[in-house]
Amino acid sequence: MPLNVAVIGSGNIGSDLMYKIFRAKELEMIALVGIDPKSDGLARARKHNVAAIDSGIEGLIARRDLMEKIDVVFDATSAKAHLHNAALLEKEGKFAIDLTPAAIGPYIIPPVNLTEHLEKDVKNVNMVTCGGQATIPIVYAISRVVRTPYAEIVATIASKSAGPGTRANIDEFTETTARGVEVVGGAEKGKAIIILNPAEPPLIMRDTVHAIVEKVDEAKITESIKKMVADVQEYVPGYKLKAEPVFDGNRVSVFLEVTGAAHYLPAYAGNLDIMTAAAVRVAREVAKRRGVAVPVGAGE
Amino acid sequence: MGKYVRITDTSLRDGSHAIRHQFTVDQITRAVKALDDAGVPVIEVTHGDGLAGSSVNYGFSGTDELELIEAACATAKRAKIAVLLLPGIGTIHDIKEAQKRGAKMCRIATHCTEADISAQHIAATKELGMEAVTFLMMSHMIEPPQLLEQAKLMESYGADVVYVVDSAGAQTMDMVKARVSALRQGLDPKTHVGFHAHNNLGLGVANAVVAVESGADNIDGSARGLGAGAGNAATEAIVAVFNKIGIETGIDLYGVADVAEDFIGTELGLTPIVNRSSLIIGYAGVYSSFLLHADRASQKFGVPTHKILEEVGRRKAVGGQEDLIIEVAQELSGKYESGIEEAADKDKIEVSLATAGSPT
Repeated sequence: MPLNVAVIGSGNIGSDLMYKIFRAKELEMIALVGIDPKSDGLARARKHNVAAIDSGIEGLIARRDLMEKIDVVFDATSAKAHLHNAALLEKEGKFAIDLTPAAIGPYIIPPVNLTEHLEKDVKNVNMVTCGGQATIPIVYAISRVVRTPYAEIVATIASKSAGPGTRANIDEFTETTARGVEVVGGAEKGKAIIILNPAEPPLIMRDTVHAIVEKVDEAKITESIKKMVADVQEYVPGYKLKAEPVFDGNRVSVFLEVTGAAHYLPAYAGNLDIMTAAAVRVAREVAKRRGVAVPVGAGE
Repeated sequence: MGKYVRITDTSLRDGSHAIRHQFTVDQITRAVKALDDAGVPVIEVTHGDGLAGSSVNYGFSGTDELELIEAACATAKRAKIAVLLLPGIGTIHDIKEAQKRGAKMCRIATHCTEADISAQHIAATKELGMEAVTFLMMSHMIEPPQLLEQAKLMESYGADVVYVVDSAGAQTMDMVKARVSALRQGLDPKTHVGFHAHNNLGLGVANAVVAVESGADNIDGSARGLGAGAGNAATEAIVAVFNKIGIETGIDLYGVADVAEDFIGTELGLTPIVNRSSLIIGYAGVYSSFLLHADRASQKFGVPTHKILEEVGRRKAVGGQEDLIIEVAQELSGKYESGIEEAADKDKIEVSLATAGSPT
């Protein structure tokens, strides 16, 4: 029996999550929850015979028939809404995967610490930010081979891929990402910068990681970075190094590009794709730990 | 007495680019004292890329900007000390820290199409009792009606002044006139309109005059023009020209000319000029602060600065994308190393291959 999941938030992220969940054989999409009955996401859910709930989390909780089945809930709303949702989900005993910057639970960057928190009895995990998912693996790849006193990331995304939530709370992005660079990335001090670029056609998400390291070992650092890129590519095939890492004194600069899988969102929105892909990766790991059998050759 | 225009001197912020963010407390203290004595009403002091701009990407500050801001605020008797903030780089936390040190104005800058990322910073600035000035950067990239829509958003968030910012120094006088007029006519009469020039095409002071004629009543200058790219409109030249055409600034021309000459020209040894690279910045419409970053990448990768800037412009980079410069320089260097001269220009390669047979 697959792991039954629901998604709260029927916007771009929630809709993309739904399509990724359809593709993961260990996961069964039970419900998509929104607050706008006319939303495109809910219409798509109905089309795929997924329960479409337009009365928010309260509407979901009222549906005891669904709640009995659901194991894991993805939250793709906003930081503020998640504070409210998290308390209700905890009371209901559901495992929450938080894609907002609320960050109540510990951060998960799949290729770095996928199992660390799942081994403990954590009930709420946070996916940091899109820029964090794209860059923290590289910060970690550097810090695991050399002491890294400082790392800084610059995420440049297409204006069209920045939703109203990101725009209204851009400080949450910079602050949460910087913390993730330290806590998960392993840099002693982290900094994050986000740039929105309105160019048409929209540019594909690009990220730069600048790290200041104690001792430069070009071969060792480059090897670690390339191995990490391959690990991320397992769940985000469009993740790639734009160029060889650049070494300048005690500084390493790594240039990345993230092309989305275009399951629902356009390919340029690699920033949103890497978030949803990472969140689904976490749910699949939860399924594995709960003994969900995966048919041979199934799953992404 | 003619129309009054408020001048903000940004030599200690935009000028920070020109000295790679290495201003000291002593330099800031003396410069602020001289500008304040000369009657400059607003003096901006921050890392060139705004609060929290100190970074690998933009260059680390030699001295913590909060120390510089504190020294500036302690020194100025009449002038307001302003700070710059770019949402996405700095945060409300940084505005609060600057306000604690005595800053009375926060200038909040976004790319010209992204005004809606400034709402929370404008609100926080007002809550802190500071004046909120907003910047629409790279304003040459969109047409006046679209610029007005963005300006109206900033106004709706509480901006006291909305600036048309020619970050690339790419605007001719007609372009300035169209943009400033659109804002002046479309915004609430109580909202002030400002203009910030870069001198990359040699039009800095002329554009400041056109902006005032088009309804702007806040103008940025920089002593000796010290700023990114070919610098800004020189404050002393603005004051001289405004004196001649009957625009009141309240600034003593000789006082500000002394700061330009003695401090920036002689002591710092800096005089921004329109050279090949800064001209190409204005011509191609590239963010002015890319200049020194492109110079550095040029040295590391052996690609001419102006070729890097042209390519960055072709990729429609916006302010803050300094990281793209290294990547572009590295890419172009591969082509230069291959021995095909001027290989950066793809069209030229195609032509040369067609006319000269196979490449060597």
